[in-house]
Amino acid sequence: MNRQIVKLFAFIVVLFGVLVGFTSYWSVFDAEALKEKDVNKRPLFEQQQIERGRILTADGVVIAKSVAKGKGDNLQYVRRYPEGALYGHPIGYSFMRYGDSEFEAFHNDTLVGEESEFASILDELTGAKQEGNDIVTNIDSEAQRVALADLEAAGFGAVVAIEPKSGRVRVMASNKPYDPNRIPDEIEDLFRNELETPLLNRATQGRYPPGSTFKVVTAAAALESGAITPETTIEAPSPLEVEGQPLANDFNESYPPIPLDFALTNSVNTWFAQLGEKVGADTLFEQMRKFGFGSDPPIDLPADQVEASGVRGEDERILGPGDPVDVGRVAIGQERLLATPLQMAMVAAAVANKGRLMKPQIWSRVVDPDGRTTEKLDPSEYSQAISEETAADLTTAMEGVVNEGTGTNAAIPGVAVAGKTGTAETPGNESCGGGSEENQAWFIGFAPADDPQIAIAASVECTPGFGGDVAAPIFRDVAESLLE
Amino acid sequence: MTSARNRELAALVPVAILLTAGFAAVFAQEEARLGNLSMIYGAYFLAVCVATHIYLRIRLPNADPYLFPLVALLTAFGLVMIYRIDDGLARDQANWFVMGLVLFALTIQFLRDYEVLERYRYTIAGAGLLLLLAPRLPGIGQQVNGAYLGVKIGPLAFQPAEFSKIAIVVFLASYLREHREVLIVGAKRVLGVTLPPLKHFGPMLVVWGASMFMLVFIRDLGSSLMFFAAFLALLYVATGRFSFVVIGMAMFVVGAWFFASTVPHVHERVEIWLDPYQDPTGSGYQVLQSIFAQADGGLFGKGFGQSLITIPGTDAALLPAAQTDTIYSLIVNEVGLFGACGVILIYLLVAARGFKIALLASDGFSKLLATGLTAVFAIQAFVIIGGVTRVIPLTGVTLPFISYGGSSIVANFVLLALLLLISDRARREAVEPADRDLVFGRA
Repeated sequence: MNRQIVKLFAFIVVLFGVLVGFTSYWSVFDAEALKEKDVNKRPLFEQQQIERGRILTADGVVIAKSVAKGKGDNLQYVRRYPEGALYGHPIGYSFMRYGDSEFEAFHNDTLVGEESEFASILDELTGAKQEGNDIVTNIDSEAQRVALADLEAAGFGAVVAIEPKSGRVRVMASNKPYDPNRIPDEIEDLFRNELETPLLNRATQGRYPPGSTFKVVTAAAALESGAITPETTIEAPSPLEVEGQPLANDFNESYPPIPLDFALTNSVNTWFAQLGEKVGADTLFEQMRKFGFGSDPPIDLPADQVEASGVRGEDERILGPGDPVDVGRVAIGQERLLATPLQMAMVAAAVANKGRLMKPQIWSRVVDPDGRTTEKLDPSEYSQAISEETAADLTTAMEGVVNEGTGTNAAIPGVAVAGKTGTAETPGNESCGGGSEENQAWFIGFAPADDPQIAIAASVECTPGFGGDVAAPIFRDVAESLLE
Repeated sequence: MTSARNRELAALVPVAILLTAGFAAVFAQEEARLGNLSMIYGAYFLAVCVATHIYLRIRLPNADPYLFPLVALLTAFGLVMIYRIDDGLARDQANWFVMGLVLFALTIQFLRDYEVLERYRYTIAGAGLLLLLAPRLPGIGQQVNGAYLGVKIGPLAFQPAEFSKIAIVVFLASYLREHREVLIVGAKRVLGVTLPPLKHFGPMLVVWGASMFMLVFIRDLGSSLMFFAAFLALLYVATGRFSFVVIGMAMFVVGAWFFASTVPHVHERVEIWLDPYQDPTGSGYQVLQSIFAQADGGLFGKGFGQSLITIPGTDAALLPAAQTDTIYSLIVNEVGLFGACGVILIYLLVAARGFKIALLASDGFSKLLATGLTAVFAIQAFVIIGGVTRVIPLTGVTLPFISYGGSSIVANFVLLALLLLISDRARREAVEPADRDLVFGRA
């Protein structure tokens, strides 16, 4: 019988080997897939037991914090947003049952203190509990407040302010705002509100025709490619036939041969349309690409909550130089060109920073539960969008806009301001209710022009006013607040 | 032969230290401070184990030195895990541990000549079957999760299957010891398959019928599988005919398949096993949560006391039956794949020691009894671990010595006592040549 006993034992060994095999499969090999199953709520429950780190403004105002409820196994943390709607965009929300969005979603791992398996073993040995890290953002609380208040007075739209040298996002405001504290009660209403779309971050997801602010990009392409110099003059009659359709200047005014700064100061459409046709689609699209058009913006927000800017075809596809586009109208920010306020702020920031476009980032540093700064934003370049010389020429022209052109409302006493207005006509825009006197009002610019500290894009939907009247004052208020 | 007992004593000390460390880890997690309570618990545990050890030193000086420490290790591990779920449950479990040791001692005391069991084998078999049926008896039977496994008489509640498995193994060992010759000799080859002789096929059919009956009557696939597997293991060891095992397995599969499609409860268990996602919040909840808990454990686990057992803020179970059926998943969750492999290894070592006893034993009954007891123990561990890891359908069997449950602890200590009784005699004969010669008739 002994031989059988040994064989029986061998069989038991095999059976137990199968158990080890299955356990390995569930606990290691298939573990990631299992954790992502919708029916598996365990990871969510566990995250809820971790004290999620706080989110703060650059000046120390608490934007988001976690409050403990219950004890022991019933302990759970709930997110609170003490400032309410002010930072609904771009911070977003994080709730057990409703998921997370925007900044909260992008930085989730840091906020919950996700660690490598090795580090968690060390924690286990030392008895440390997983704790979340705080994140300090670049946002300035006062400027954010000013931006949102101005927007709420002006209409739906967005403001983005970037520090040109570093790409730090100092302000990102979107109207209509929402209060993340009310997500658990109102998320369905908020999602259903298609007119005001409060959950849409207009700064990164609002696709607007950029209008005349885009002339800065066209001018950049022309100067970079050598198509013109600041002294080159072009005659600008009105109306002018562009791609078989007449194009007019404001008040149908015709201009004799004029140079770039005059054309930009007075936002002469036919001048830039001709310039666009002169540089051609290839050069213009290449310049756009360098400014960040055509790709998701390199900002710390989830990919599904940012939009790429560009000329959009019928199937939502972003068109390239090979597609049939009316380059003359693209050059003045019309055609099917759509840009987000963030994209236009990046254009302004690139010009302000001697042509060097920095990646816009909302986060500034990570502070661990012991108060140590464990990570710091290391500003990095997105592209050298234009040369330093081109940037200087553009700055001179943009100063003219504010000093004596369409953008005088952006002027700040004692500070040199460079900027560009934009007023894209959007008649019959359904999201505004379909009226006929509707414009997308824009202002992009930076200040001080000689040593730029801040670059801003402000955009307001569905307004009867012009960029210089509606958006320029917002620029001024926010810039003043940040330059103080 | 005191060196065996010295080894046993030496092995018990690290077990007690492990228990102390385990409690310390749980306390550290729960209270963020280290009291001396874990030391006290560790000391109690060591004292109980040492008392048992001294008893063994007197009564069974030659018995296997590793089995008791291995079992103590499993019990210690179980106590820590259960304490971590609920300290009240752990106190019960500790009491049962002591009660189990008392029964362990009584078994050793009164069954020194365990051959008497052979004389009463039909009584024992009858008692074993009666125990199995008890949960269906009106007034005392209890239905748990659709299976009839519990009995409650006054304040005393227990799971009779735990005890009947010993009774049935005793019967089978005795029966097969007597009939193994005829089963081998009378076997015929039909169509290339060796069939047992018809006359002796009857009792085998009875056993098969009994396990099918269990499937239908107490509706528990797990215990049915456990009993039948133990029977096949014994049949194989007794006859050496692998074909018998194949025939038996085929019969079981056919029967189980038939009843799985006719008995609703069994049918549901199989359906859940095949596709737990069809009802993730209902019938599939337990097995899915059990697997999710394992996925969450990873290689090293989350640490003692770190696992979520209830949904935070509620009393609803996140891991249902964590102290009994799914305790293995909790182990994977808290100590990871490595810890779980450690547990499986301990079971394997127990099985190895058990089969070693069977190898050393000189008479047929002892060999078969040791084999049967060891096999039923190992298969029980396989059935429940296999259940929570989806190797086989999940059924309500306890994880021996680790799961919460008085019947399980007490019955398994009786099983251990029988193994040690067999071991003591076998090893004594092995070291006393005079006796050995007598046994082998060479004198």
